[in-house]
Amino acid sequence: MNIRIIKDKIIANAMLILSVASVSFVFLIGIGLYWRAAPLFEGHTLFSLFSTSEWAPSKGKFGFYPFIMGTLWVTLIAIAVALPLCLLMAIYLTEYAKPGIRKVILPLVNILAGIPPVIYGVWGIFFVVPIVREYLAPQFIEYSSGYTVLTGGVVLAVMTFPILVSIVSEVLRTIPKELKDASLSLGATKWETIKKVVLKRAFPGIMAAAVLAVSRAFGETIAVLMVCGNVPVAPTSVFDAGYPLPALIANNFGEMMSIPLYDSALMFAALLLFFIIFLFNLVSRIILNRIEYKFIS
Amino acid sequence: MTQHPLISVKDLNVHIDGHHILKNINISIPDKSVTSIIGPSGCGKTTLLKTFNRLLDDTANVTVSGSVLVGDEDIYAPHAEVTHIRKKMGLLSQRPYPLPMSIYDNVAYGPRIHGIRKKSELDVIVEKQLKDTSLWNEVKDRLHTPAAKLSIGQQQRLCLARGLAVKPEIILGDESTSALDPISTHKIEDLFVRLKEQYTIVLVTHILRQARRISDYIIFVYMGEIIEFGPTEEVLLYPKEELTKQYVKGFIS
Repeated sequence: MNIRIIKDKIIANAMLILSVASVSFVFLIGIGLYWRAAPLFEGHTLFSLFSTSEWAPSKGKFGFYPFIMGTLWVTLIAIAVALPLCLLMAIYLTEYAKPGIRKVILPLVNILAGIPPVIYGVWGIFFVVPIVREYLAPQFIEYSSGYTVLTGGVVLAVMTFPILVSIVSEVLRTIPKELKDASLSLGATKWETIKKVVLKRAFPGIMAAAVLAVSRAFGETIAVLMVCGNVPVAPTSVFDAGYPLPALIANNFGEMMSIPLYDSALMFAALLLFFIIFLFNLVSRIILNRIEYKFIS
Repeated sequence: MTQHPLISVKDLNVHIDGHHILKNINISIPDKSVTSIIGPSGCGKTTLLKTFNRLLDDTANVTVSGSVLVGDEDIYAPHAEVTHIRKKMGLLSQRPYPLPMSIYDNVAYGPRIHGIRKKSELDVIVEKQLKDTSLWNEVKDRLHTPAAKLSIGQQQRLCLARGLAVKPEIILGDESTSALDPISTHKIEDLFVRLKEQYTIVLVTHILRQARRISDYIIFVYMGEIIEFGPTEEVLLYPKEELTKQYVKGFIS
């Protein structure tokens, strides 16, 4: 066989192997976590691990419900705060801003994405925590330490916003000018065009961006850990403290060998996080496909 | 001209990014007829068309000077309201761009924006416009399916129906058949000829045969200037200018 053709085949196969290997990490990590968490399943049913709230490792009681709820609260608050603001900002940057303004703002937004999470954590402690404690919480309840799921959500929102703004801007930029012209030429204003045509056409892309942001937010550890209180009780309002799964793992990793089953419990927390993200991506993928079919096709 | 002009352009100059795209344009486009703008690629045909409904407004670095009168309204006057101006003109672009919604909603989009909310009224408008564009029989059973599901020729007729639904006086076509197959092209051309009874139609085309088939008047644009303007037969068969002659014979393109 010709040497050039052999080379071609080698390259193609090498790339295939690399791709398969990288994807297989997903499964290897899942299997590895399951293997390390398995001892916990002797004596605890899966259901009881999910649904009970008592967390007393020294007594062998592992209820993950508060941590699951803590994760969901913080993440949902973050996306609820970030998404509308990012959407408006992206719309402004792509549709209204002069090129000069866009050229200044977008790089600055990207710098925000590069700031280490721990700095956001410190900023949260010195800026967001006091605001929640002194001004926000007293409007609604008697006392809050300021270390709440709301604080965590806000800090997380600020952290996710750069990536969300840049992806959504990118999505909006793909909307053909002619489509906007079609709406404008019917006498629609710019805002009507954006609301009824641009956003509708961009909806699947915006949702995909939100999914990506949420997936990242689920796993964000250090900044959230610093500001949301870390109390193993399921939050019932935005002014309660929370204890998300990543914070649980990071806080207790050092002592996980000191108590029986503690290491398995932390691995189970990791598995749970892994599973939540996996499920979330799967479900959103299905929904996205439906939306795309309905709007774009 | 025997007919009175609907669009009068006076001393129009357009610069985009420092390039002088349109130079001292003076033209009167007759009412209730088809006028084709012909000329080589990049000569400013499309830009000229877009000055008529101020679609250049949103392009960066554009300066427009001079005046464009539609009826007796100067659309570049400081107080002119752009949505009102655009409502008077339906635009048909090179490729169909159906809005991301159903067939029905595409046609109802314009009327809804301009304040018609009643379903019975909208129903009447949608049916009339789809009939006027010979689409009704093809789509009446699937009005609420996405417009993107139609064939490209049907989509283009839908875009025309959508434009007509806001009751314009003028139809602007920007090489509206260039993406279509011969049969769909023929349908659109037929529509233009039929619609000129009620509308003033201005088309940009680079297909000379098309210009000859359907237009009453021809504007020949070259390098941003109007070289010749007159009735179709005159411009195409007996051009006065040397440049027009060369273009019509295919020496310059």
